[in-house]
Amino acid sequence: MIRVMLPAHLRTLARTGTEVQLDLDVPVTIRAILDALEARYPMLSGTLRDHVTQQRRPFVRFFACGEDWSHESPDKVLPDAIASGAEPFLVVGAIAGG
Amino acid sequence: MSKVRVLVGTRKGAFILTSDGKREQWDISGPHFAGWEIYHLKGSPADPNRIYASQSTGWFGQLIQRSNDGGQTWEPVGNKFSYDGVPGTHQWYDGTPHPWEFKRVWHLEPSLTDPDTVYAGVEDAAIFRTTDGGQSWQELPGLRGHGSGPHWQPGAGGMCLHTIILDPSNPGRIYIAISAAGAFRTDDRGAAWKPINQGLRSEYIPDPAAEVGHCVHHIAMHPSRPGVLFMQKHWDVMRSDNAGDSWQEVSGNLPTDFGFAIDVHAHEPETIYVVPIKSDREHFPPDGKLRVYRSRTGGNEWEPLTKGLPQRDCYVNVLRDAMAVDSLDSCGVYFGTTGGQVYASADAGDNWAPIVRDLPAVLSVEVQTLQ
Repeated sequence: MIRVMLPAHLRTLARTGTEVQLDLDVPVTIRAILDALEARYPMLSGTLRDHVTQQRRPFVRFFACGEDWSHESPDKVLPDAIASGAEPFLVVGAIAGG
Repeated sequence: MSKVRVLVGTRKGAFILTSDGKREQWDISGPHFAGWEIYHLKGSPADPNRIYASQSTGWFGQLIQRSNDGGQTWEPVGNKFSYDGVPGTHQWYDGTPHPWEFKRVWHLEPSLTDPDTVYAGVEDAAIFRTTDGGQSWQELPGLRGHGSGPHWQPGAGGMCLHTIILDPSNPGRIYIAISAAGAFRTDDRGAAWKPINQGLRSEYIPDPAAEVGHCVHHIAMHPSRPGVLFMQKHWDVMRSDNAGDSWQEVSGNLPTDFGFAIDVHAHEPETIYVVPIKSDREHFPPDGKLRVYRSRTGGNEWEPLTKGLPQRDCYVNVLRDAMAVDSLDSCGVYFGTTGGQVYASADAGDNWAPIVRDLPAVLSVEVQTLQ
């Protein structure tokens, strides 16, 4: 079971609680998490990555086990702690504005 | 008993203001979509409880929301706006080619007859259409495919398609306007488009009378005279009596002919309203006085409307989609400001009062007259 933490705006949009739980096969990747998120919550499509290019939106960041995964390949395998649910996968809106 | 519903888009959410036909007491609901920019909301003329809203942020992009109960509840619908084919390039501010990139939806124009059909004007400039209630959107590529597309340039607010007008007498005819390309018209439901900028003169571009490149801020039309158009250009208030084939300036005695909003009285097709703004460098009313100007002669002769509006120390702006009219008798006129006020006049502009004073900056105002 994967645990995903979404930023507040997207929790409101998807009408979820603080944490979303997803069942995914290993190995777990960012692409697999986003695919599963968008399948369960279609309203999130396009909010985290571009519909067509699948590129991460510029002000969206991904963190796993205290590390910034925003610039990693979406197909790179995430740590075991993410795959086991011991640690959440964090989707964070970049701090921007004043 | 008639009702009025005012749909207000702001920098930080949507608000819905409702009143009976007297338009004296108002209920305010919102913020809907709190924290998001709501560039525009508009209801379907065919089903007034069907409302569409454009919701966006720089973080999470574009969403489209749809309500089937007059704005009480909402559901997100399709938000995929993909340009048809290879998007190509337009000009950037410095004249270099720049790829077409979707940024946001500025304006939603529901069909006059079908609640599931809506047109969307977007940045970078293009027009999209849905025929399934917003679930899917398809570009009408003939507009961007017009040969002038590579020469279009953004205005200061971006290269936005901000105005869409559907001709009630001719289902094939649509007018649109783009900052800073100009106005265009289709007569075949959006397949082919032609620039309709003859008579516009813009001293700030290399060829002041160019076929495209004019910074048109907004266009208004009275439904009983769909061939008569009124335009607030960057500078100049213009009118056309031949469906945009040619334009004449009607700025007349306005204190400044710069501005954004323009609209037409619901029952008097030659009565029009603008809100003069000092200049393209100073986006606030001249002399700190917020004045709507009304012409009862289709332009040229203008009178200031000031009763109930601040006449000192007022430095707000009124954006292009932030003025609307109701169709009650007498005609109500409404506008919102970047200071968060929404002003209403229930007597065609003679007297004004704020419905609400302290919203986030107002981006758009639309009005529904309900029976």
